[in-house]
Amino acid sequence: MTELSLHILDIVKNSTKAGASVVEIEILESAAENYITITITDNGCGMDEDFLKQVTDPFKTTRTTRKVGMGLSLFKEAALLTGGSFDIKSQQGKGTVVTASFVRDSIDRQPLGDMASTLVTLVSGSEDTEFIYTHTFDGNSFEFSTVEVKNILGDVQITSPEILAWINGYIGEGLDEIYK
Amino acid sequence: MKSLAELEQIRNRMANKINVRNEASEDGNTRIVVGMATCGIAAGARPVLTAMMEEIEKRGITNAYVTQTGCVGMCKYEPIVEVYGADGSKTTYIKMDATKAVRVINEHIVNGNVVAEFTIGAEK
Repeated sequence: MTELSLHILDIVKNSTKAGASVVEIEILESAAENYITITITDNGCGMDEDFLKQVTDPFKTTRTTRKVGMGLSLFKEAALLTGGSFDIKSQQGKGTVVTASFVRDSIDRQPLGDMASTLVTLVSGSEDTEFIYTHTFDGNSFEFSTVEVKNILGDVQITSPEILAWINGYIGEGLDEIYK
Repeated sequence: MKSLAELEQIRNRMANKINVRNEASEDGNTRIVVGMATCGIAAGARPVLTAMMEEIEKRGITNAYVTQTGCVGMCKYEPIVEVYGADGSKTTYIKMDATKAVRVINEHIVNGNVVAEFTIGAEK
């Protein structure tokens, strides 16, 4: 993984696979205080304590096509490499919260990357899941919510190419604004 | 500047034609499946997916749609794109990138010619 946004795509895919109906992606970023914190909260099936303990072990996975699962291990590694921290909390039947904190000016801190593409990929892949993405940079905030978009769309599908193109532009421009 | 008001305009413009697409969907359409597990994402599946969706939007293609799947089990060939034709045919493209993805849309989806050099069969 070369971008934080790719890690986010990968980790949120876990949430949708866990049957989450709502996934919140929160990015808190401060240049002054030198951190980026990414929190992914879902209301999916969660996991039991035994699995949770081993979940960042690359040889632990729920997938059946092969015996390794790298997603959470890579995300944790990316955070720890910058001198940051990683935490995962989960409750069976309730959901999971993954938090990764990065030291913003660390040479090993991956760039945020293309969050608009990540959201478009998520929305097009799970149209029934609601995604709420909030990004705060030095006090300026941007929010994108599929709940809001679907309210406007009515019976027009959110996965229509025209709508996905709009989402891509909307998030891209929204993030440009908060970095100004 | 993109706004929610603009989204509403797009919605109104689409309200009529989207029903046509809904009724025609699934059957008779080409299904394009992009592997989007950790292996695919790390190898570059996201730009492949977005390039395909953008090309479909740009060309106004209505007889093909893009979906995602997990790990196909051939991680070393990722990004993998599988094309399921309306006639029951299946083509597996491997080691894809955004440029190759656009070619697959133009040559395979629009013109009906499999891009043989990108298929798994061409891998030595």
